[in-house]
Parts: sequence; structure tokens; C-alpha cells
Amino acid sequence: MRHIISLLMENESGALSRVAGLFSARGYNIESLSVAPTEDPTLSRMTIVTRGSDDVIEQITKQLNKLIDVVKVQDLTEGGHIERELMLVKVRASGEHREEMKRMSDIFRGRIIDVTDKTYTIELTGTVSKLNAFLGALESDAILEVVRTGASGIGRGDRIMRV
Amino acid sequence: MTGAEIVVRCLQAEGVAYVFGYPGGAVLNIYDEIYKQDQFKHVLVRHEQAAVHAADAYARATGRVGVALVTSGPGATNAITGIATAYMDSIPLVVLTGQVPTAAIGMDAFQEVDTVGISRPCVKHNFLVKDVRELASTIKKAFYIAATGRPGPVVVDIPKDVTQQSCPFEYPAEIRMRSYNPTYRGHAGQIRRAVQMLLEAKRPMIYTGGGVILGDAAEQVTELTRLLGFPVTNTLMGLGGYPAPDPLFLGMLGMHGTFEANMAMQHCDVLLAVGARFDDRVIGNPKHFAKEARRIIHIDVDPSSISKRVKVDVPIVGDVAQVLDEIIRQIKAGSERPDQAALKAWWAQIELWRSQDCLKYERSETVIKPQYVIEKLYEVTGGDAYVTSDVGQHQMWAAQYYPFNKPRRWINSGGLGTMGVGLPYAMGVQLAFPEAKVVCVTGEGSIQMNIQELSTCMQEKLPIKIVLLNNRYLGMVRQWQEFFYEERYAESYVDALPDFVKLAEAYGHVGMTIERPQDVEPALRDAFGKYKDRLVFMNFVTDPHENVYPMIPAGKGLSEMILV
Ligand SMILES: Cc1ncc(C[n+]2csc(CCOP(=O)(O)OP(=O)(O)O)c2C)c(N)n1
Repeated sequence: MRHIISLLMENESGALSRVAGLFSARGYNIESLSVAPTEDPTLSRMTIVTRGSDDVIEQITKQLNKLIDVVKVQDLTEGGHIERELMLVKVRASGEHREEMKRMSDIFRGRIIDVTDKTYTIELTGTVSKLNAFLGALESDAILEVVRTGASGIGRGDRIMRV
Repeated sequence: MTGAEIVVRCLQAEGVAYVFGYPGGAVLNIYDEIYKQDQFKHVLVRHEQAAVHAADAYARATGRVGVALVTSGPGATNAITGIATAYMDSIPLVVLTGQVPTAAIGMDAFQEVDTVGISRPCVKHNFLVKDVRELASTIKKAFYIAATGRPGPVVVDIPKDVTQQSCPFEYPAEIRMRSYNPTYRGHAGQIRRAVQMLLEAKRPMIYTGGGVILGDAAEQVTELTRLLGFPVTNTLMGLGGYPAPDPLFLGMLGMHGTFEANMAMQHCDVLLAVGARFDDRVIGNPKHFAKEARRIIHIDVDPSSISKRVKVDVPIVGDVAQVLDEIIRQIKAGSERPDQAALKAWWAQIELWRSQDCLKYERSETVIKPQYVIEKLYEVTGGDAYVTSDVGQHQMWAAQYYPFNKPRRWINSGGLGTMGVGLPYAMGVQLAFPEAKVVCVTGEGSIQMNIQELSTCMQEKLPIKIVLLNNRYLGMVRQWQEFFYEERYAESYVDALPDFVKLAEAYGHVGMTIERPQDVEPALRDAFGKYKDRLVFMNFVTDPHENVYPMIPAGKGLSEMILV
């Protein structure tokens, strides 16, 4: 099962490598990982997308909690939550493709943020599956470059994670 | 005050008695400050690995935090095996490592290594101190983290310029960390469920591990076991958690555990696991273990140890001594007692298993049996020695044939299984308890992995007794090759052994070679009598073909033992 795990951790050098090291040392899978400081500069917020059986996910959250730099751990997928990922895609946009690309970007509510006579760079946010769907809808030789941030997640409604 | 002085003052403030270490460029400022003080003693080892092992054994024997100090680069890398060994057995250590000056970090400077990176997977936590103003609070945190919760080693990496810079010194009296709050109190509801389950048991079993030793809960384990009249077993790391000579004790369990302990573990209906982690050397294959239905109560200070390899019915996270105290209190306060008829039938079954006498071995008049040496060692020391061991067959025989009465008496590397720990372990213990009998049981393979420490022992005048069970083989490897590789003894025969008597003498100690069974006891008596105040190296030439029984082959289940 796919899980989105959120952590708050001390914004210390090396904290990220402790988390990454834990996943590789114990053979847990990481689909994506995104991290940045929060409104409190001493804290970083990390979102990890992983897959595993319930037992594995239980171990992952316990092991993360055990890291000294980790302040809080939450499995977002246990309750209502929202996830978003940002993607930048550079696509071929010449000749008859140009109009088609603009149309596709509009359908997926993307924004064209950079233009040359041969290319568009499209910015798209959404769930991981929406971004996948967009890429799937393009002809593969039209895609020149893809950059994705990995998912960020937050609980719905009153579900708040803070220190 | 300079950083170097601050380091020394912090160690003094922590009440450190011994620092085990080895100097080098990056730590010379610290050594200079050590030279100027006499509140704690520095013990100069002959290899940094031994410094960490000795500090580790000091911690195991005393329950206090062990301290080691090494230089940057090779000093730090040499220390890694010691750190990993302590980590696997959850031993509280603070290891101070020198580092190149902050400006040189990342420049491939002389004797630079990324100590924080290299040690990260085998420490509870580590720090690189970049500012002298953070030095004191970091060392305070290191001691706090090492000793609390599930203990473990903490590395503090200190660049040379930080030891030169100055700032006012203040050692924090207390430390609070928002990200680290170990749980000590067990959940009240779970404790009630545990009590109920124990009272309902028809075929109960108590299984305790290293957590009981580390958590100073041997007294509670003993009281609870006797209160209920339940059978009890200890893991290799947990020996001494219950007095071994007692009839309720079924011996050690696991790969080389007793028949009765393993069978009772497999066939019980309620299992109380305390400070133990169901590891592969203990329960073998978890699938086989799960074949029999039983309800499991698991008490551990580390939540991640619970339901890791085996599903648990009643998890209790907390300090093992406190939780056991509460369980005992509740049982005593109530009038309910376990079903005595069922318990009697269960004990009858256990006695049947016990009557197999799985630790019997063929005695000999002509060749020294290793088991016999340990039995005699037990007699001669009155069961009252601190026994350290290395890793191999001799380790298992020591565990099987020396019944430990008290916690913290059996000092060995259970988790990492590090050959070479035995002698430095004995040093740490002997320094902690100068008057105690300290024995290192070892093999001719293992002892040579830190043999240079005989020199440290001379310098510190440590009257350690080395019991070398010399079978001319890397015996445990040979045993696996005999059982599982059709007797192809690839590189397990140790040719060209040194003359251990001359070797011991060369270091200034007493050496003996013992070749006949009738000479075993007199040699031990001399060692603990005539040569009481000297290090005695006893080279027992033992039966090279002896195997450790019982044995559960790796990956098999608890009831799939090979018996003699
Ligand atoms: C550092 C290290 N290297 C290798 C091993 C693998 N190993 C486990 S037991 C053993 C043999 C030990 O031989 P010895 O010390 O002579 O003891 P014996 O088994 O003969 O009693 C070996 C090589 C180990 N545990 N540690």
C-alpha cells in the first residue's frame, strides 16, 4: 500500500541523511521525498511517499520516531489529507504541435511559464496521479525534460501537525 | 576557557572515572589538558578498537556510560568496529573523535574522514561540533542520549580548531530535547491486560534478554518468576537476568540454547518477553515460531523492537523494571493465581524435556574437553567471576557451562559477534572492579585479533585470567563446515600458531600450556592462587573436533534442534 509519511525534524545539517540512510539501510522503499524549512526556521518538514505492508509501515514510523532529530511523525494516509506535487515539463512545441500543446496544458490546468519558438515549459501541480496522467497524455517524443518535486502532503481540516 | 579544557571539564562533571583512548594530531590539545588533571584516568590502549571495547565493557559491568577518545581519520575508523559492537548490544558510550580543523573539512585534509557519515548507521546519534560555544551542551546531550531510553553509543566529532578556541564554560545541569523523550511508564491498560493474561496461562514461559540487564531489572524478573512459579529462560545477552542455578531456570535459549528452553518457548501458550527482541539467533525462523498459537506480552523500552519480527498481543513500551514492578504489585494485590494443576502438568512436560540432559558431553581422560575447562573454571571461581568472551564455540560453551548468578557478570558481543572483544572487555571490567576475578574465555582465532592489548594489561597491571580454549581451528566455522559443507574445511584450520606461553612472557605476563585433563584444575588454582596478582595466559590445548550442541541450523525453527 502507498503511504504518505510526514515528519517534522530539527533543521540540522545531516538530518536528511539520517532519514535517507535509515530507508536504504533497512531496505524500505522511497517513492519520493521532499523537504524544506517551515515557518519556524529551526524545523524542517519532510514528506516521504513509500510503499509497504502494514507491518513495514509500522516499522518505518517507529524507526523514524527513533531518530533523535525527528520531532514528529504522522502517516497522512491514515486520515483525510491532501497531497500536491509540482512538475515542470519542457515539451516540443513547433509546427502543428504548438497549438496542441497549449490545449493539453489548459485541459490539465497547467501554465506555460517559458516559451521559445520550438518549446514550451509547462508548470503543473496536482496529485501524483494527475501529473502521471498528463505525462501519459503527451506523445513521448514530445517530452524534452521533466522535473518533479515529489509529493507534499498535509492533513485535512483540523488535522494539524506542529510542535 | 579553551575547547580542550571544556572537554575535560565536561568529563569531570559527568563523573567519568576512565577514558580509554589513543592520541593523535587532532586531539593533542585535549590530551594536553588531560595531562594537567588527575580527576579521571586515561588508559592508553594499543589499538583504538580496543579503547572502544574497553569503554563498552566498563559500561556493561557498571551500568555507567563508557568513554573513549580517539584521533581523526584512522583513529576514528579503527574505532568503528567497537562502536558498531556497542550499538548492536545497546551499550551506553560516548566516543569523542578528533576532526581536522573546520576550515579543512571537505578538503581531503591529512587524516580527514567523514566520521559523522561513517558512524551514522552504527550510533544512536552523533554530532559534529562546529562552534566552541556548543561544545559543553553537545557533550551533555551525548551523555544524556547515550544513557537514556534504549541506550547506545553517541559520537562527538570535535575539529581541532574548536579545541583551541575559547568561550566561557558552563555545564548545563539538565538537558531537554523536544525531539527526544523516551517513554518510561508502561501503559496502564496494557499492564492490566498483561497481568490477566499471565494469570490465565496454562503453559506460561518467561523469556528475558539484554534489556533486563541494561534496565537493571534482574531483581524484578526473579521476583515475578518466583511469585508465579513460571519457567524462565534468558538470551545470550540476558544471562544473569535470572539466577542460573535455580530450578525454574531452563537455561539459555536460541541457536545453542537448551532443549528444554527452546521446546518450552515453542509450546507455551502465554509468553512474557522482557527486554528481548526475538532475533534470528533466538527464535530461528519466525514462520516456524508462529506455527504454534501463543499469546505474547512484550515489554521493551524501544517501541521499534515490538512487533518487528513477531506479532505481539500485548505491547508494553516502558522501562522494564518499572513495568515489572507494576505487574508484581497488581498480582500481589489480587487474590487470583495461575491454574496450579495446569502449571504442574506443564512442569512435568518441561522436566521430561530437561531429562534429555542436552548439555551432556563425552568425558575424556586423555584429551581436554572445552566444556570441562569451563566447568572447572566455575568451580574454582566459585561462580563469582566476571566472564568476558570472544566469539565462537568457546563463547557458547562459556554461556552454557558457567551458570551466571548475577547480572552484568557475563560480558560478550551478542549482536555484532565481534571476534577480538574478549581481552579489551576484560580490561574494562578489571579497571571497574580491581578486586574482582575477571576471566577472558577465548579462542586462538579471536585472541589474536586484539592480542596487542597484553601490553596495555602490563602497563595497567591488570590481573586478568585468559582461558584460551585452543582447538587449532576457527572452531565455529569448522563446525558449520562439518555440518553444512560436507567437511570441506576451507581456511578454518589455523596453522603456525605462536607459542602462547612465550608470547605472554614476552609481554611480561605468566603463560601456561595445559595439555592433560588432570592438569586443568591445578592450572586454574594456580592462576587464581599463586598468580592471583598477575595476568595469567592459560593455553588449554583442547579436543579439536568438539562441537557445540544443541544446535538449531540457521533458518530452522526452535524445535528443529541437532542434539548430540
Ligand atoms: C571479526 C570477526 N571475523 C569473523 C567472524 C566469523 N567467525 C565467527 S566464529 C569464528 C571462529 C572463531 O574462532 P576462535 O576464536 O578460534 O574460537 P572457536 O570457535 O574455535 O572457539 C569466526 C571466524 C567474526 N565473528 N568476527
